[in-house]
Amino acid sequence: MSVTESVAVVRVEDLHKRYQAEGPEAVAGVDFEVLEGEIFGLLGPNGAGKTTTIGTITTRVKPTSGRVLVDGVDVSVDPVSAKLRIAAVPQMSNLDRALTALENLTFHAAYFGAGRRERRERARELLARFGLGGRENDHVNNYSGGMAQRLMIARALMHEPRLLILDEPTTGLDPQSRLFLWDTMVDLRERGTTLILTTHDMIEADRLCDRIAIIDHGKIIALDTPTRLRRLLPAEHGVEVTVAATEDPTEAFTAVSASERSEARPAGEGRWRVRLYGESNGDAGGLPEQALHATQRGGLELIELKRLEGSLEDVFVHLTGRELRGADGAMVSGRWSG
Amino acid sequence: MSAVGATGSARAVPAATRNVQLRAFTALCGRDLWVTVRHEFGSFLAQALLQPIFLLFVFGRVLPEIGAARVGYGTQLLPGVMALTLVLTALQNTALPLVIEFSFTKEIEDRLLAPLPVAAVAVQKILIAAVRGVIAGLLILPLAALILPGGIHVHGPNWAALIGIFFFGSLAAGAMGLVLGTAVPANRISVAFAVVLTPLIFTGCTFYPWIGLQHLRWFQVFTLINPLTYVSEGLRAALTTLPHLAGGWIALGLGVSLVLFGVLGTRLFIRRAVD
Repeated sequence: MSVTESVAVVRVEDLHKRYQAEGPEAVAGVDFEVLEGEIFGLLGPNGAGKTTTIGTITTRVKPTSGRVLVDGVDVSVDPVSAKLRIAAVPQMSNLDRALTALENLTFHAAYFGAGRRERRERARELLARFGLGGRENDHVNNYSGGMAQRLMIARALMHEPRLLILDEPTTGLDPQSRLFLWDTMVDLRERGTTLILTTHDMIEADRLCDRIAIIDHGKIIALDTPTRLRRLLPAEHGVEVTVAATEDPTEAFTAVSASERSEARPAGEGRWRVRLYGESNGDAGGLPEQALHATQRGGLELIELKRLEGSLEDVFVHLTGRELRGADGAMVSGRWSG
Repeated sequence: MSAVGATGSARAVPAATRNVQLRAFTALCGRDLWVTVRHEFGSFLAQALLQPIFLLFVFGRVLPEIGAARVGYGTQLLPGVMALTLVLTALQNTALPLVIEFSFTKEIEDRLLAPLPVAAVAVQKILIAAVRGVIAGLLILPLAALILPGGIHVHGPNWAALIGIFFFGSLAAGAMGLVLGTAVPANRISVAFAVVLTPLIFTGCTFYPWIGLQHLRWFQVFTLINPLTYVSEGLRAALTTLPHLAGGWIALGLGVSLVLFGVLGTRLFIRRAVD
């Protein structure tokens, strides 16, 4: 990480937002800081207040109360100065469809005062960096979803923003595009750009974010590094044994003394998964060793043995509950989904 | 990770001076003019000129030739068709793009994040639509010269009045488009266009002079709420010797329309752009 000193690029102070006077609070008192050079993740179920929070930073949502400072500039007081410091990449394409890819970049830079030559050079450089060289004169209507996403990020970088905000950047992209974007985000951080990322993708958040705020019902319910967030899970340590078995093999594992409790579920194709919860290195020998013994003693064929560590998704579900949110709230899958 | 990373690529962020904002405004205009000329010129001309071409042809040529209208009706009609083209082009060129950009393509977002106040984005929309309106309005002259039986007969044009009417008329129409484009939800826009444009076209003194309505007093008064009336009558005053609405009323009508729709439209735009 390149954070040498903790300079806050974004400071959100006691932010409240109510869209209608009598309506509920979309954001109900949010405080956080985004430090220079970090990737900051905003996670939350649909309707939790992520988009509203992002909207206040990008000057598109006026706070009901509280303050948002970008690079020391109060966004409500001086939105134009704030806009000089930020760039936002939305989930859905908002590219200028009347223009070619190259023109999308050069005109954007022109809005920010770049000279003709400077913007053409920078545009070509960014198009090449984002794998869009040779397609610069295409109209963006002919771009695929992944290409449009890359072009939007290239456009956002045209004016060298201090803060780049990405709203669910990899939703709906193919694996190649997703990996490319992940690499891009890491690269940007290394070049000193601060990033805010909203996502439903726990793997993405875990892999990329330096710190994550989990937001629900308009409030931040947890804010920490991915590693520390995982520790919030009460008892998710242990091992998972996958064995070939036609019926529930739990019986075979009753003698595992290091296990505090166990669960078994069929895994299809004549296999069962047994989870044994407990500390890996207990007094009575290691949990993995005991599990392995039990498998052999029970005459079960071992398919896979792995250490259980609560995933970020487990943390998320643990903190925000399992009920569905909004019209398309089916994002929280169970912990057996892996 | 690297030393470069620690110091960042942070170039000095310029202050949001008037100059920065003016450059952003100019660049937005530049983008729109570029698109008009380079990418949409054909569709712009078709959208703006097809209707007046047929109006001039049917009312100015066909009807007089079959005896359904007086010979010379075309000359009377010319200021009205110019006004109609000017107003409709400016109005549609703000309203339609706004509806599309706010609802479907979200293209407006890149403009709203450009370093200038949100209200300036609205003003810029009006300005460019007005420019398009003026171009379309001016193109009516050569078209009329080709289509009307005896060409065009302009009597001692009052240039100052002509420029004034074009300037304020197109801006007022652009502002009306701003109101329409921001007040109406996207799924209602086709209905809104029919409900707004039809009466606008037919009560705007385009096909008849305002003075001629003396015997239809209630309708004559009614036409005064239509901003198009002032543009039609203004061009009638500037281009012909026909009797027309008094100059003071024309100036007042245009001024009130511009201020009213400009303020209302900008407010609606801001409400749409910032939650």
